[in-house]
Amino acid sequence: MLKDITIGQFFPGKSIVHRLDSRIKIILTIVFIFMLFMADSFYGLGVGIIYVLGAFLLSKIPFKMMLKSLKPLVPILIFTGILNIFFITAGDPVFEWRFITVTDMGLRTAAYNMIRIIGLIIGSSLLTYTTSPIALTDAIERLLSPLKKIKVPVHELAMMMTIALRFIPTLIEETDKIMSAQKARGADLETGSLLQRAKALVPILIPLFVSSFRRAEDLALAMECRCYHGGEGRTRLKQLKTAPRDYVALVITAGFVFLTVFADKLA
Amino acid sequence: MCMNSFLQAENLKFSYINNIEEPPVRTEVLHGVSLDVKKGEFVALLGHNGSGKSTLAKCFNAINIADEGKVYACGFDASLEENLFPIRQRVGMVFQNPDNQIVATIVEEDVAFALENMGVEPAEIRRRVDEALKTVGMYEYRGHAPHKLSGGQKQRVAIAGILAMKPQVVLLDEPTAMLDPSGRAEVMKTIKMLKEEMCVTIVLITHYMEEAAQADRIVVIDNGSIVMDDVPKRIFSQVEKMKSIGLDVPQVTELCYLLRQQGVDLPEDIITEDECVEALSKLLLKK
Ligand SMILES: Nc1ncnc2c1ncn2[C@@H]1O[C@H](COP(=O)(O)OP(=O)(O)OP(=O)(O)O)[C@@H](O)[C@H]1O
Ligand SMILES: [Mg+2]
Repeated sequence: MLKDITIGQFFPGKSIVHRLDSRIKIILTIVFIFMLFMADSFYGLGVGIIYVLGAFLLSKIPFKMMLKSLKPLVPILIFTGILNIFFITAGDPVFEWRFITVTDMGLRTAAYNMIRIIGLIIGSSLLTYTTSPIALTDAIERLLSPLKKIKVPVHELAMMMTIALRFIPTLIEETDKIMSAQKARGADLETGSLLQRAKALVPILIPLFVSSFRRAEDLALAMECRCYHGGEGRTRLKQLKTAPRDYVALVITAGFVFLTVFADKLA
Repeated sequence: MCMNSFLQAENLKFSYINNIEEPPVRTEVLHGVSLDVKKGEFVALLGHNGSGKSTLAKCFNAINIADEGKVYACGFDASLEENLFPIRQRVGMVFQNPDNQIVATIVEEDVAFALENMGVEPAEIRRRVDEALKTVGMYEYRGHAPHKLSGGQKQRVAIAGILAMKPQVVLLDEPTAMLDPSGRAEVMKTIKMLKEEMCVTIVLITHYMEEAAQADRIVVIDNGSIVMDDVPKRIFSQVEKMKSIGLDVPQVTELCYLLRQQGVDLPEDIITEDECVEALSKLLLKK
């Protein structure tokens, strides 16, 4: 059951969105998030939502995946909504009851923020749905590489991410094994109070920790044997290359940014 | 330092230092080992647990630096700092646990890892990665995630990752210990192919005597010293001595040994199943 967890939820595919350069996709996602927060009218937000839905359609990812990514967010959405509705007291009141005042401004801000959060989630899940974790790590390393000048260990961070991605499935498998082994020895993981169940996890976590340290030691040795010596002078098998479609995507996005900012005045 | 001896140790001593205790404790693990491995040789290194096999192997690729004595790998003095990368590139090492030596999330990226570290040009990396993967028969799996492969396949990917460096010597530290019989056969086949077709010098550490029997030469190490060094036939014919060191001999050798003790007339140097079958059928026909 643990094996079903996939980190980053990547859906391999050949759509235009999949084929965009991963660096460009990260930049576009960030631009899109700015777009959502710059927009201060329903028109502007509408343009943003059209943009991300359009990208979703192009990616050919099943629509229900989008709903799935939103589901865990429902409590946060409701919370944001309530907070905005009841605590913004500026604007004209539309409803008053004892000490509770709901204003038109409150309602509007609540709606804006909910749309923004929804857009944010759709945008960022589209990024992970269409980009393999390794391509993402690579892109992050390269986008952040200017920070090396101010001594940010960009290469090391990216290497750590790669190794984490590599070992997540291995460790999940191992956890499964340890759980079975402890269950076979009579460990009870499913019943009892929350505290009891938390305590039952200790005999699973300790062997897992011990074996992770051993793995870390082995891996470090294997890496040393293969001449690893940090990021200096390192080349890469896969070079990231931008294609014309990446520039087209940038231009289209710039157009949408313009529309968002001036949507109010154009409408 | 003659050119056709690829690995050379002269009176090598090595100690591990335990810094946790106060004062630090030194334990000498290798007590003056001298060994000479020639170009193209296939050497099996035997010894019971804790006898110092892995420690010795790590001295040959400059992971462990000798306290005393000299170690040369492919003509480079292992005690010099500047020889570190030249040595590691020429003397590749494969470990026991296939899971703990694969770094990347995609097979071909992992094979490329050493070359990326060495700063090889991307086009050349591509060429060498493809070649190495084809050599071990894992080319079709180049885009796969390593954790979805079988143990034998993972171990072959690990070997490919070493081969991509174009090493002259490959040290394998119990590469088959965690594999099932078919995975073991896959890995052994790959090792023999490296030796025969690519003329790579091989040092194989193993606990499987059937694997050791396939080598050109067996070196037996006991408590940090070399106690036997000869061709497999002559090593395994000394059944009592092997047992006294705590080692086994191949099953067929043991069978013939026991039969001989019962007075059956069999030669001493039988180490493979085929030889055993032949000797036994000859014996039966004679009767
Ligand atoms: N990193 C270390 N620190 C301290 N002592 C060590 C270390 N590695 C090994 N030893 C000790 O050195 C001795 C030789 O270990 P080594 O790993 O070389 O044995 P081995 O022959 O490879 O055994 P095995 O067949 O179990 O792999 C052992 O007694 C071991 O406890
Ligand atoms: Mg060992």
